[in-house]
Amino acid sequence: MLDYVTSYLGMNTTPGQAGNVFWALIYILVVFAGVSVAVMAMNWLERKALAHFQIRLGPMRVGPHGLLQPIADAVKLMTKEDIIPAEADAFVFWIAPLIILCASFTVYIVIPFGPTHAITDLNIGVLFMLGVSSLSVLGVVMAGWASNSHYPLLGALRSSAQMISYEVAMGMAVVSAILMTSLNKTGTGTLSMIGIVEAQQQQQIWFLFKFFPFGFIAFAIFAIAMVAETNRAPFDLPEAESELTAGFHTEYSGLRWSLFMLGEYAAMIAVSSIAVTLWLGGWLRPFPNTLTGATWDLVFSLLPGFTFLGLALIAFIGVIRMPKHPYFRIQTMGLAGFAVVLGIIGLVLFIPPVRDRIQDIFWFVAKVAVFMYLYIWYRATFPRYRFDQLMRVGWKVLLPVAIGVLIMTAILGVVL
Amino acid sequence: MADPTTYLSHLELGEPDKTFLDSSELIINMGPQHPATHGVLRVILKLDGEKVLGTECVIGYLHRGVEKIAEHRTYTMFNPYVDRMDYVAAVSNGLGYCEAVEKLLNIEAPPRAKYIRVILTELNRIASHQLWLGTHALDIGAMTPLFYTFRDREEILKIFEKYCGARLTTHAFRIGGCQYETYEGFEQDVKKFLDFVPPRIDEYEELLTTNRIWVERTREVGKISAADCKALGVTGPVLRASGVKWDIRKALPYANYSEFDFDIPTGANGDTFDRYMVRMQEMRQSLRIIRQAVERIPEGPIMAKVPKVMKPPVGEVYHSIEAPKGELGYFIVSDGSTQPYRVRVRPPSFVNLQALDIMVRGQLVADVIAVIGTLDIVLGEVDR
Repeated sequence: MLDYVTSYLGMNTTPGQAGNVFWALIYILVVFAGVSVAVMAMNWLERKALAHFQIRLGPMRVGPHGLLQPIADAVKLMTKEDIIPAEADAFVFWIAPLIILCASFTVYIVIPFGPTHAITDLNIGVLFMLGVSSLSVLGVVMAGWASNSHYPLLGALRSSAQMISYEVAMGMAVVSAILMTSLNKTGTGTLSMIGIVEAQQQQQIWFLFKFFPFGFIAFAIFAIAMVAETNRAPFDLPEAESELTAGFHTEYSGLRWSLFMLGEYAAMIAVSSIAVTLWLGGWLRPFPNTLTGATWDLVFSLLPGFTFLGLALIAFIGVIRMPKHPYFRIQTMGLAGFAVVLGIIGLVLFIPPVRDRIQDIFWFVAKVAVFMYLYIWYRATFPRYRFDQLMRVGWKVLLPVAIGVLIMTAILGVVL
Repeated sequence: MADPTTYLSHLELGEPDKTFLDSSELIINMGPQHPATHGVLRVILKLDGEKVLGTECVIGYLHRGVEKIAEHRTYTMFNPYVDRMDYVAAVSNGLGYCEAVEKLLNIEAPPRAKYIRVILTELNRIASHQLWLGTHALDIGAMTPLFYTFRDREEILKIFEKYCGARLTTHAFRIGGCQYETYEGFEQDVKKFLDFVPPRIDEYEELLTTNRIWVERTREVGKISAADCKALGVTGPVLRASGVKWDIRKALPYANYSEFDFDIPTGANGDTFDRYMVRMQEMRQSLRIIRQAVERIPEGPIMAKVPKVMKPPVGEVYHSIEAPKGELGYFIVSDGSTQPYRVRVRPPSFVNLQALDIMVRGQLVADVIAVIGTLDIVLGEVDR
């Protein structure tokens, strides 16, 4: 038994490929917990960043600078009455949020946070990811239909139409990236998520810059389609607050509603991860070609630690700027404690063995975080598309362009 | 609540397209509790998928019987009630009422009072348009302009608060003039505001006017022709956006608007984008009027000689002003006693709301929201 547990430690592969169920379970737990925490952090960040875009403060009451707000929200949602409307189809109503949640979390099985930091590496990773994430449409339609109410029905119809039409353009963009993976010496491409990043490493270029501007256009199409796919502003018609009150989850409350939110944010992180893996070099650090050598490797490996120290510094500035009134004493102490924790994490990340292992995850998460910020930025800036305009953009703009890019990529791949 | 279909029975409605599927129409209630109907408006929509076949507005959820109350109050006592009709443009309502009663009593407010009235009314017009812009943009999905407009509207409300103590339902004017002399520093405050707000209006325009999604959402949406506007009695920016140069401030000048130099912005297409542009330009024109008024404001009394007990001679009067939302008219019948025999208000929101059905037929559900926003209705005024 102990041999079984320790045998994996020497292997240079993912637990799924090694066939080690024990470590796979541990990885699953870590990823699940990590994504849940990331969703909570994202929730707080979105409210804070959006508030600052809109000259507000955002959450300020629960904990210093509202840091505990997601926890308070979670407790509130869990203790709220869970209403199932009398007219609703109870079983379908009950199972819909679970489908969305499962679909968005299952995707994480193949997301490579590092060359070995993935639960498993399927040889059809990309296909698996696109397929499973599309399943959430089913949950949306079920939620809208089971509610037996007009607004959820309209929201569900919009959502299914939207998600399906953007899937096509998204798939075309993905194919053009996969074509690029075959441009190596052996001439064999791959659908494996880890394989795609390794192909970028071998070709010494992120696919974003490959065949400029075609790689970039494919990436842009994916970046637009993924916003539509996750039903976020400016494509948030299915839950358009001002039109359909809350769209397909109008009738949901309490914990079930929070499952929708959890699923939505998890899906946002998941699709951003695909974009990062396919075009932005996954776990690879930036400037691997120009800034080479042992010195630069050291500098880049120190960055994670410095990032956390920087965050700790920001938190300490927050402590200094806290009002000196006794009323704020506990909040000040809490924020100081938070700063200390961040600082300790930063210092731990400087320890050489940790430093080497954490780098991949750091770069991956940093790239995903950029997308998360973009999501908030879009929401603060854009009005909402109308349904027909949304469809027009999807079918008449994105899809033809994506096919054109696909053809050009294929031609360039053969010619060059 | 009666079955929604009964409300639609008298309308001639189109039938859903049955070319491909054996489909039936969907009838939904939008409101009275809905985030985008600006209060308690209930719109019953008959939909073919997302396409609107017909609408019917059910109003009266905010009916307070303001006109009936007037019959049991003296002329002075009724004055604060008018503020509660269009509560985002309370100053305009007060101006219309006071001027109507003054006409009935055959008195005239002194020049200084008129200037104060114009300044406050135009400030209120900007505040009303800012509130319209914020909520309209929010309905179309742009969240941020709402907070920007509320930030800037605050400056106007501060001036009101300093002047008369109230921010929203100001009761700023009295019959025969103004009750309060301007506070010390009023002119400086207004001048500061005049310098402060134009860059802010540019900021709103930066967020919206050149935003592709905004333009696509508003162009060719909720079109209404000048002829339809006239047939339905639609006034205000909605009428002007259809290309009719009708502004009561110019056409039938009241207060002392004839002394000021300003333009009437008009549109050409009568769509939602034109109405947006007309209102944005109106804000700038209002600033022009305020600037002239502040520079020329004379010294003197602020109240005319008004009898202690107001007993207007037997007769009737109709007086209308250009409120931010359109023509606001008061029809007052006097029987010679201290209380009006009848007060009838012609509220712009109520009349403009009639155009909703024409504007949204054949368009999509999302456009209904955009059109309700662009009509700039206030339910307090629709229902009174």
